[in-house]
Amino acid sequence: MSEIKKFMYVNRKAPYGTIYALESLEVVLIGAAFDQDVSLAFLDDGVYQLTKDQDTSGIGMKNFSPTYAALGDYDVTKIYVEKESLEERGLSLDDLQHLTYEDEDDDWAEKDSIRLVSREELARIMDEQDVLLSF
Amino acid sequence: MVNEGPYNHQASDSAYRFTKAALDKGHEIFRVFFYHDGVYNGTRLGVPPQDDRNITQLWQELAAEHDLDLVVCVAAAQRRGILDADEAKRHGKDADNIAERFRISGLGQLIEAGIKADRLVVFGD
Repeated sequence: MSEIKKFMYVNRKAPYGTIYALESLEVVLIGAAFDQDVSLAFLDDGVYQLTKDQDTSGIGMKNFSPTYAALGDYDVTKIYVEKESLEERGLSLDDLQHLTYEDEDDDWAEKDSIRLVSREELARIMDEQDVLLSF
Repeated sequence: MVNEGPYNHQASDSAYRFTKAALDKGHEIFRVFFYHDGVYNGTRLGVPPQDDRNITQLWQELAAEHDLDLVVCVAAAQRRGILDADEAKRHGKDADNIAERFRISGLGQLIEAGIKADRLVVFGD
């Protein structure tokens, strides 16, 4: 499988309440082994998936949010967050986890994985993809 | 990719009709991958009312006619109690319930389909 395609995982739902977010993350982790050009998009209630200090002790579900911080180790380094979705929910980048990766092409410098993009920019980025998996 | 269970949601019906229409037009279907509650499409124990469609059976018939590869995600299936004989044995369960023509395999099968097929279409919310 030498062909490299642009895969984008589109996350639109809140982290708990349904299983979509957790099972989306499972696909991302497996998919990372396939050496494709991978990116993640978080929009609508999906932006809540990246919020920091999640505490699920009251609902009896596993808090899987620490896994997002490991994505950089899986070479998943492009995480698009839609600006309007954050603003509509009264959130800002400060409310999200600080996700980073080490850039092997830049002497392993630590860089931010999250890229804040407008709805319009995200639409354009989606248009460039070969495969869109929406959750 | 089918992300919702049968009857509860139209995703599976839409995916079935889309697959059938694509095949009728001469397209190839590389694979149908069932994920999330979509794995319930692959149980052989469903007994829908006689005056309703039997979605699992529709998939089976289409698969038999066109040699379709119907893949149920193993991780999603285990959570929800969809097992083939091997999985049932491995996990010490007293029965399996996967329908004929469906097979249980890993998420890699979904990624592979995304790489190999010209288009990947997601059916769900």
